[in-house]
Amino acid sequence: MANVLVNAPKTAAKGETVEIKALILHPMETGFRTGTNGRIIPRNIIERFSATWNGAEIFRMDLSPAIAANPFVSFFATASESGTIALRWTGDEGFVAEHQVAITVT
Amino acid sequence: MQRRSFLAGLAIAVVPFAAEATPEAMAAAIREVTGGAVLQAGKVRLDIPPLVENGNTVPLTVTVDSPMTEADHVRAIHVFNEKNPQPHVFNAWLGPRNGKAVVGTRIKLADAQKVVAIAETSKGEFFSASADVIVTIAACIEDIT
Amino acid sequence: MTRLGVGASLVSVFAATLALAQTTTPTTAPLPPDDPRHSGYRDMGAELRRMQDDDTANPAMLFVQSGQALWQQKAGAAGKSCADCHQEVAQSMKGVAARYPALPPGADQPVDLEGRINLCRTERQKAPAFAPESPELLGLAAYVALQSRGQPIAPPDDPALAPFRSVGEAIYRDRQGQLNLSCSSCHDDNAGKRLAGAPIPQGHPTGYPIYRLEWQTLGSLKRRLRNCLVGMRAEGWDWDDPQYVALELYLMARARGMAMDAPAVRP
Repeated sequence: MANVLVNAPKTAAKGETVEIKALILHPMETGFRTGTNGRIIPRNIIERFSATWNGAEIFRMDLSPAIAANPFVSFFATASESGTIALRWTGDEGFVAEHQVAITVT
Repeated sequence: MQRRSFLAGLAIAVVPFAAEATPEAMAAAIREVTGGAVLQAGKVRLDIPPLVENGNTVPLTVTVDSPMTEADHVRAIHVFNEKNPQPHVFNAWLGPRNGKAVVGTRIKLADAQKVVAIAETSKGEFFSASADVIVTIAACIEDIT
Repeated sequence: MTRLGVGASLVSVFAATLALAQTTTPTTAPLPPDDPRHSGYRDMGAELRRMQDDDTANPAMLFVQSGQALWQQKAGAAGKSCADCHQEVAQSMKGVAARYPALPPGADQPVDLEGRINLCRTERQKAPAFAPESPELLGLAAYVALQSRGQPIAPPDDPALAPFRSVGEAIYRDRQGQLNLSCSSCHDDNAGKRLAGAPIPQGHPTGYPIYRLEWQTLGSLKRRLRNCLVGMRAEGWDWDDPQYVALELYLMARARGMAMDAPAVRP
């Protein structure tokens, strides 16, 4: 299971704009570095990060090798209704990670 | 201008993997996104330290002044660089549900260079901001190659 | 319970603990106002300090999270977890990292925190030791070191440590390597000045294990000291070389009273 750290409020007022922060353990190997054997270390990055709120997409990001290792992303979302914020990361070598947080909107 | 592109071409011919984005490559990448549309000043704020202790992890936040309504919102934020091996940093896709057009992340910068952030609005306009960043290397690192 | 289920519930436990976590590194425990010492935290720019201060954004916390999972995991022929002996980490491990390296009962060599964790692994859990700089060892070290956050560095008064600490001080002051520098040349004589654009810190080990941006991962004081040796163009010591612990004993004595800020972010 991927090592992820997500921070989102547990509760919010309807219409309130909340910040969501997500950190995930991943080497983000650029594909531009040469190893000690003189050969290029193959690229291994997370390519896409997406977030949904009760299934509706609220944010999407295409990452490049220029994103730092152990990628951190923060963005905002307006609290609409209670439910689940689902985060998903996909990338090279079939990498997939998912994480859900519940939020109560009053 | 001609002489520089000739030399750049020569460098690429001689050392094919010494890829380095150039200001031209960044301009081309930007054109691909904007379709050549005018880049307007204003609305975009690019927060990035002017002096970076280590190019491996540079905190960056793009903030765009927008009401984020259905009628008028930021559709996407695109960030580019001019000296990494390739010109893209990230593309973020937003909508009215974000409430605020703010994206924070951490990037890698290979060398002192310009970073450009472009916001694309739902009205098809493009606003941009850029920052010049100086990158220092940490002292006493793992290998001396 | 599926492995995924266990992982998910541990993440939510971690999140609950984080809710109580500070979002600012506590300011130094009261040092006298004329005390010239300060942590490498102060030598960093505002953005990196903010990265360290925010438990929800500090990359080191990813390792703390996996350390927390390991704390609960039964291991080895003894089938014990850390929790089985040490119970609640916040109580049993409070202040522990601040008083390491130490001499385990009956031992003739002091160990650093990672060494102590491996002693528990082999002697109590009857499990193989973790490899140097392995994610498991660093995760546990980070989790334990976090429990000393804000605590003053308090080297033990054990007289048996004195000879090892003296060896450490001699290493600190000896010139070595192709550049003929001693640790003191930079970290005492030139601290605060710049070396190739980077500020020279005073070299107090308040934040270990650290997320060093240069490594793009968490690492121990040993790894950092190894980087210093390479920087001085001296021979890097093997991971199990007792010189590391001796030097750390001296550095911790030199930093006596300073607040721990582990796990820290450093360039």
